[in-house]
Amino acid sequence: MDLAQDIRDFFNETGKMARFTGRFFTMGIKPRYEIKELLAQCYIIGYKSLPLIGLTGFIMGLVLTMQLRPSLSEYGVESQLPVMVGIAIVREIGPVITALIFAGKIGSSIGAELGSMKVTEQIDAMEVSGTNPLKYLVATRIAAATLMLPILTILGDAIALFGSYVGINIRSVTNFHLFFSQIFDTLSYGDMVPAFIKTFFFGFAVGLVGCYKGYNSSRGTRGVGSSANSAVVLSSVLIFILDFLAVQVTDLLGLNI
Amino acid sequence: MEAKDNTYGSANDKGKGRAPVIVIEHLYKRFGKNIVLDNFNIELRTEENLVVLGKSGSGKSVLIKCIIGLLVPDKGNVLVFGENVPDLTHDELDRVRAKIGFLFQGNALYDSMSVRENLEFPLRRHWIELSQKEVDALVKEALENVGLPHTADMMPAELSGGMLKRVALARTMILKPDIILYDEPTTGLDPVTAREIDNLILKLKKKYHTSSIIITHDMNCVKNTADRVALLLEGKCYAEGKYIDFEQSADKNIRQFFE
Repeated sequence: MDLAQDIRDFFNETGKMARFTGRFFTMGIKPRYEIKELLAQCYIIGYKSLPLIGLTGFIMGLVLTMQLRPSLSEYGVESQLPVMVGIAIVREIGPVITALIFAGKIGSSIGAELGSMKVTEQIDAMEVSGTNPLKYLVATRIAAATLMLPILTILGDAIALFGSYVGINIRSVTNFHLFFSQIFDTLSYGDMVPAFIKTFFFGFAVGLVGCYKGYNSSRGTRGVGSSANSAVVLSSVLIFILDFLAVQVTDLLGLNI
Repeated sequence: MEAKDNTYGSANDKGKGRAPVIVIEHLYKRFGKNIVLDNFNIELRTEENLVVLGKSGSGKSVLIKCIIGLLVPDKGNVLVFGENVPDLTHDELDRVRAKIGFLFQGNALYDSMSVRENLEFPLRRHWIELSQKEVDALVKEALENVGLPHTADMMPAELSGGMLKRVALARTMILKPDIILYDEPTTGLDPVTAREIDNLILKLKKKYHTSSIIITHDMNCVKNTADRVALLLEGKCYAEGKYIDFEQSADKNIRQFFE
């Protein structure tokens, strides 16, 4: 193992990725805009991810409620269960888990799709056909991922809270209206807005990493598999890093009260 | 046999004397320490089929990718209709590319699109103002040209290797380009289908008066399609002439393609 070489490779890769991001901002967002392709990607990335995000959100809310109940009962604050679950889901668990599921589904799909297009010269064919692949393939996918993840997170959070409501009703009976008013009476803009804003960055990271890995895929099917895999790993790590930075920023702005 | 940038044949050779559409001057391209093109010079004349012959890995595909602007040469000029491709902006390059068709070795059909969508793609992307009726007529004509009028609504995965090559050729021809670059058009095809592709190349040239560069190491393809042949060896144009001159040559670097 050559540690020096690994460090060099890391900085080399980071530099390439920074340059790719720069090309996205300089070329990808200039007109002419690929609106039709963007809408198609929003449908694929957003709408088609909804069943998976909904299912995992529902299970997350249900399980979290069932796991928290015994501890809260022990301290006699079982009535605070909706509030605890609501805050946990809206502030942290909802955005992060949704982003991780999104990275697994969309990051790998973008990485494999672009990787396969690269290997079979479809990207070259596109360029020869008067199409800038950075605009048509990359910009549309990054924009769709950035726009769709916040929407999916809101829907995922809502479904997770419904899962929590079902979880509470397994052992006791709670009124639907009472359950949700207890949560929303406690939640403030400081809980919701930063959590919502950070999902744009999560979505951007997933789209960017998926496109970068796919677009720079090496030759052969092994390269395509490797692109898909590393897209998921790197975007998952980036989600945690961005989440950490988001907490620091909201703390500095005094929103974590 | 005289080698190294020799021109074979007489002055009345087909294509000779006609205006060049592509002029390649002192082209250099290297990847790391691997020198692929080393002062390569050649020109393609109007309505001429120029076959660039060479061994695998000799830089034939790199050459045509430099012509279409997919690769940027380290040094040298690639003049297409008088415009130097490496100096062009993205928009200028798109304008030049609309005049050039490129048939990829692996066909490069978009596998998520139907045959019709594959053929419509270049028409839509070059920002040509066409009605749906005109687009449909062009798609129909392109597929009829390659003998596959019934495949418009099929997906590439449903087609055989020969059919894929024909559809790729139809897509290449749909903009009715002045120049076509063929990257190993018969590689991976059985001899019968390969001959059909050769005949299609000749038929399309006759019908649309195109000038073509055909990259290959298939000697049957060379024999069937070439007006002029150039041998790419060690990054240079080692020899240039008619097929018959190559066939009769005693030069060992040329003979190896016939053995």
